[in-house]
Amino acid sequence: MKLFGHKLTASAAFGLAVVGLFIVISLFTPWIAPYSESANVGGTWDEPSMKMIFGADQIGRDMLTRMMYGSRMTIGVALAITTLSFIIGILTGLVSAVMGGYVDVFFTRLVDVMLSIPSLIFALIILGVFGSSIPTLIMTIAVLDSTRVFRLSRALGMNLTVMEYVEAARLRGEGLWWVITREILPNAWAPLVSEFGLRFCFNFLFIAGLSFLGLGIQPPYADLGGMVRENAAAINFGMMAPIYPATAIALLTVSVNLVVDWMLSIDARPSGAQAEL
Amino acid sequence: MLAGALVMRAQFFSYRSHLMAKLIVNRLLLGILTLFAVSVLIFVCTQILPGDVASAVLGQGATPEALVVFRRELGLDVPAHLRYWNWLVGALHGDLGVALTNKRVIIDDLLPRLRNTLFLAGYAALIAIPLSVGLGVLSAINEGKWSDRLANVLTLIAISLPEFFIAYLLIIFFAVNVHWFPSLAMVSGSMGFSERVFQTTLPALTLTLLVAAHMLRMTRSSVLSVMSTPYIEMAFLKGAPRRRVIVRHALPNAAAPIITVIALNMAYLVVGVVVIEAVFVYPGLGQYMVDGVSKRDVPVIQACGLTFATVFVLLNTLADILVILVNPRLRHQR
Amino acid sequence: MDDSTILSITGLRLVSIAGNVIVDNVNLHLKRGEVLGLIGESGAGKSTIGLSSMSYARAGVHIAGGEVVLGGVNIRALDAEGRREVRGKRIAYIAQSAAAAFNPAHSLMDQVCEAPVLHKLMTRPEAEAWARELFTALDLPDPQNFGSRYPHQVSGGQLQRAMAAMAMSCRPDVLVLDEPTTALDVTTQIEVLILLKSLIRQYHTAALYITHDLAVVAQVADRIKVLRHGKEVEEGLTQQILHDAKQDYTARLVAVRGAAASERASGATVQPEKVLSVQDCHAYYGDFHVVRGVSLDVQRGETVAVVGESGSGKSTLARIITGLLPPRSGQIVFQDKALPPTLQERSKELKRTIQLVYQIPDVAINPRQTLREIIGRPVEFYFGAGRAEVNARAQELMTLVELPQDYLERRPGQLSGGQKQRVCIARALAAKPDLIILDEPTSALDPLVAEEILTLLRKLQRELGLSYILITHDLDVVHRIAHRTAVMLQGQFVAFDSTDKIFENPEHPYTQKLITAVPEMRVDWLDEVLAKRQKAAA
Repeated sequence: MKLFGHKLTASAAFGLAVVGLFIVISLFTPWIAPYSESANVGGTWDEPSMKMIFGADQIGRDMLTRMMYGSRMTIGVALAITTLSFIIGILTGLVSAVMGGYVDVFFTRLVDVMLSIPSLIFALIILGVFGSSIPTLIMTIAVLDSTRVFRLSRALGMNLTVMEYVEAARLRGEGLWWVITREILPNAWAPLVSEFGLRFCFNFLFIAGLSFLGLGIQPPYADLGGMVRENAAAINFGMMAPIYPATAIALLTVSVNLVVDWMLSIDARPSGAQAEL
Repeated sequence: MLAGALVMRAQFFSYRSHLMAKLIVNRLLLGILTLFAVSVLIFVCTQILPGDVASAVLGQGATPEALVVFRRELGLDVPAHLRYWNWLVGALHGDLGVALTNKRVIIDDLLPRLRNTLFLAGYAALIAIPLSVGLGVLSAINEGKWSDRLANVLTLIAISLPEFFIAYLLIIFFAVNVHWFPSLAMVSGSMGFSERVFQTTLPALTLTLLVAAHMLRMTRSSVLSVMSTPYIEMAFLKGAPRRRVIVRHALPNAAAPIITVIALNMAYLVVGVVVIEAVFVYPGLGQYMVDGVSKRDVPVIQACGLTFATVFVLLNTLADILVILVNPRLRHQR
Repeated sequence: MDDSTILSITGLRLVSIAGNVIVDNVNLHLKRGEVLGLIGESGAGKSTIGLSSMSYARAGVHIAGGEVVLGGVNIRALDAEGRREVRGKRIAYIAQSAAAAFNPAHSLMDQVCEAPVLHKLMTRPEAEAWARELFTALDLPDPQNFGSRYPHQVSGGQLQRAMAAMAMSCRPDVLVLDEPTTALDVTTQIEVLILLKSLIRQYHTAALYITHDLAVVAQVADRIKVLRHGKEVEEGLTQQILHDAKQDYTARLVAVRGAAASERASGATVQPEKVLSVQDCHAYYGDFHVVRGVSLDVQRGETVAVVGESGSGKSTLARIITGLLPPRSGQIVFQDKALPPTLQERSKELKRTIQLVYQIPDVAINPRQTLREIIGRPVEFYFGAGRAEVNARAQELMTLVELPQDYLERRPGQLSGGQKQRVCIARALAAKPDLIILDEPTSALDPLVAEEILTLLRKLQRELGLSYILITHDLDVVHRIAHRTAVMLQGQFVAFDSTDKIFENPEHPYTQKLITAVPEMRVDWLDEVLAKRQKAAA
C-alpha cells in the first residue's frame, strides 16, 4: 500500500490507524462517549462489564468515558504546546541562523543556559511558583520545548544558509523575511515535520507525567496522567484500573513514533554496513 | 642539569598538550560560568518573574496581613540583587535556607535525599550503560538483519512508554504476582548495603529500561555513521576482517559520539528519577522537590532546582572534557 | 613484459538496489605489468568497475553477474573469507581522496603496515622497513620518521603518496587507482603522477587507472578503454585512441583538450570602455592577509580570467567585487563611479548590474523552486515586473540559454549538471547585468558538457556585449574564452596580460610552472617534462 508515493510498512500502517482512531475519538468525544464526563454509574473499581467496558474508576465513573475525555484533554494540550513551541523555536532558530552576529550569540547562549537545567526540573520550578493552570502549563512547557526546536532549526538554517542559492538571494538584496520563508523554510520542512511528531510524543508524555505527579492538569478536568494517579492505589489490590489510561498513553505514543520512524526511514540511505564484501 | 632536563620536559609536554590543555581549561571555565548563569536563571524565575512573589504563591484570596508575613519570611523587602547574592553565597557555604512550610533547615533534608537519588541513578546507570552501548554496537554491526530490526522495534516501543507505565508493569509482575521485590522502595540511612540494593532494585530496573532504550538507539546510529566513512571502506578493501575493522577502526572514532550519547541520557535519568521516586515512594531528591512544588515552598524549590541543575552541568562538563581527551587530532598536535 | 593475463573480467553487470543497470556487460583484460586506463564521464560506472575488480560493491550496488578472474582464480566464486584474503594482498585500491581514506585515530605507519602484517606476508619490523623504502621512493619528507605522523598532520599531496605506499605494502599484482590525482592542484598533480608512474614501472605492477581526464591517463596507460553510461565504447592502444579514434564519442573526448586552441577568444567583442577597475585592493580574513594589492580592469565585452590554485585568493577576489567581503584598503570603480565596499551600501540598481555564477549548480539554485520561479524572480525583483512580463522574459531567457520552454515547470532535481548551469546563467542574465563574475563555472562539469557551456558563454558575450570575470584553476578554460589573463599566487598577481602573451611567453617562474604542469594530449608529454627537469637540474 502506498501513501504519498511511498511504501507503507505494517508497523507504520498500524501506527497511522491508531493515531487516526485517537484523532477521531478526541474530536467527537461529546457525541460518542457512552456517559457524560462526571456521571457516577457504578462502584469504586467495578470490574469490566457490558455496562462499562473498562470498568469503573476510583469514584465509580465509567473508565472508558473518562479515558475518552482524558485523551481529548491531554492530546489537545500536547498539540497546543507543540504548535506554540514550534512557532517560537523555528522563528528564533532561523532568524539566528540567517542573521548571525549578536542576535545569534544572544539566543544561543540563552538556550544553552536553559538547556542546562533538565526540562522537568525547570517546569517544576515554574509551576511551583506560578501554579498549574492550563494556560501556564501550555506556555511554560512550550517555551521550554522551543529550546530544542530552536537548536534543530538553527542547525538546519546554518546548513542551508551556506548554500549558494541563499547567498544568491542575499546578493540580490532580498530581505530577511524572504530568505527565511522562500529560500530556507521550503528546504527544511522534512526534518521539521518528523521532529514535530517526536516533540508531540515527548510533550504528551511530559504532560501525562506532570499530571501523574499531581502538578499538571488539575481536577475536575479529566486527563490521562491524572487518571493514572487517581487510580494508582488499585494496583495494591491486584486491580488493573490505572493500567487502562496508562496503556492509552503508551499506545498513542508508540503509534506516533512508528509513523515518524517510517517517515525518517524513507529518506535514509543504506549505510556502509551493508556493502557487499 | 636535572632541573634543566625537567624544564625541557615541561616545555615539550606543554607544547604537545598545549591546545588540549587550553580546550579543557576553557571548558571548565565555561562549566563554572554556566553554573552561575543557571543560578541566576533559577533565581529570576522564582523571585523576579512572578512580580509579586507573595501574591503569586498565596493566590488571590490572601489577606494583606498574610502577604506581609510571607514577604518578611522570604526576605522580599531586600532588593533583588542582594537577595540573589545572599542566596548564592549561602548556597556555596552549604546553607540553602529554611523551608517555608515546615521550618526545617533545607540542607539537612536535602543531603540524605540527594544521596539516595544518586544511589538510585548510579545503580541504574551501572546496568544501563554497558548493556545499551554493547547492544547498540552489536545492532549497528548487524544492521538490516532480523536481530537489528527486532531491537529497533522493541526500543521504539520502550521509548514511547511513560515511566509510570513501565514502573507499574514491573510492579505487577515482580511485586504483586511473584513477590520477588517490594513494591515500595523503603530505604533509610541505617540500612546495610545489600538491603539497600534489594529495596531499590525495581526502581533501578525501571530507570534502566527507560534510559537503555534511548542509549541503544543513539549508540547504534553513531556507530552506523562511523561505519559509513571512507576509511572504514578502505580497511575492508585492505582485507581486514569485520571484527578488526569494528574494534580497531570504527570504535576509536565512535568513542566521542558515544560519550556524548551517554551524557545526554544521564539527563533522561535525572528526569526519570523524579517520576520513579513518586511511584515507588522512594525518599529521594525528586520526591522532595515534588512535595515542595505542590506546597509552593519557594526556598525548597530553589534549593532542589539548583542541586539538580548543578549535577546536570557537572555531568555535561565531564562528558565534554572526555570528548576532548579522546579526540585524535588533539592528542597528536601538528 | 610477460604475456600472462593477470586480471580478466568478463560479462560484468552491476545493478542498483532500485533496479537500475549501472554497468552492462563490460569485459576487461589486464596483463602483468600493464596499465589500462578506464576513461569516462561521471555516471559511466568506472569507479564501480574498479571496485568490482576486488569483488566489492558499495551499499546500494549489487554485482548481478560476471566473472572476475585474478591470477587464474575466479574471486567472485570464492567465499567471503577467500575474497577477504585476496584484497590488499593481490589487488590493492588507491582512493580518490586520501584525506578521507585514512583513519584519523591511527598513525600512518600503523595503517601502511596493517595489510602485510594482517595477511601474514611480513612481520611488523619487516613491514616497517619496507614502508620506509616506499616512503623514500615516493619522495616523502623525512622518510625514516614520516610514518609516526597522523593523517591530519600532513598535506594532501603527501597523503596521496602515503596511500600509494599503503597500496604497495603487500606488493600486489594489480593496483586499482581511482582518480588518484583529481583532487590535487595542477602543480601537485604532476609530481604525484611522475611518482606513480615510476612506482608502477619499478615493481612491475599491473594497474587499472580510472579517471575522466584523458590527457592525464595518456601519460601512464599502455591501453585505454572508453566507457559511457555503463557500457564499453572503445578500447585500444593509447596512441591509437588519441590519434585515430574510431568512435565519435571518443573523438569528442580527445578533441576537448585539443592542443589546437580551436576557438581562442577573438577580440571582436572587446570595446575600449572600462566597465570595472579594481585598484590596489587588500583584504583580510581576521589577521590573514589574503589579497595583497590586486589591481585589474575589465573592458566592455571582454573576458578577464583570474587563474590560480587553491589558496591563491581568487575566490576571495570575487567576494570583494560582489561586496560580500569589504577590502581593508583600495577601491573598486564601476562604470566611472566608486563602488561602495559592502553589499548593504549598494543600491538595488548597482546590485543588479553585477551578477555571479557559481561553481556547483546543484547548490546554486533552490531545489524546491521551479525554473520559472528561479529565473523569474530577478525580473520581478529588479524591474518590478508583473506576472505577464515575468513569464515572457522567462521564455526569452530559456531560448537564450538553449533550454526547452517546457522545462520552466520543472524543478532542478530533474535536470542534468549542464542544464542546471544553464539555469544559473539564465538567472544571471535575467537581471540584464553589465558584468558577470563566473566562479569556476565548469569545474564541476564533465569535459564535454563544460565545452558546451563555454560555447554558450562566448555566444552570449557576442550577442549581448557582456563582460566576464572568470575565476578558474583550469588553464584550458582560460585558453578558450579569456581575452586577458591574470595569474594569482598567494594573494598577488604575478602576471596580468593578454592570454596569448601569457601562454606564449610566460615570464614569471610560477606562470611557467603552471603552464608546463597542464597535461597535453600526447603520450610522451610526461617523459618530456621529466627530461627537461633532469636537464635543468644537471
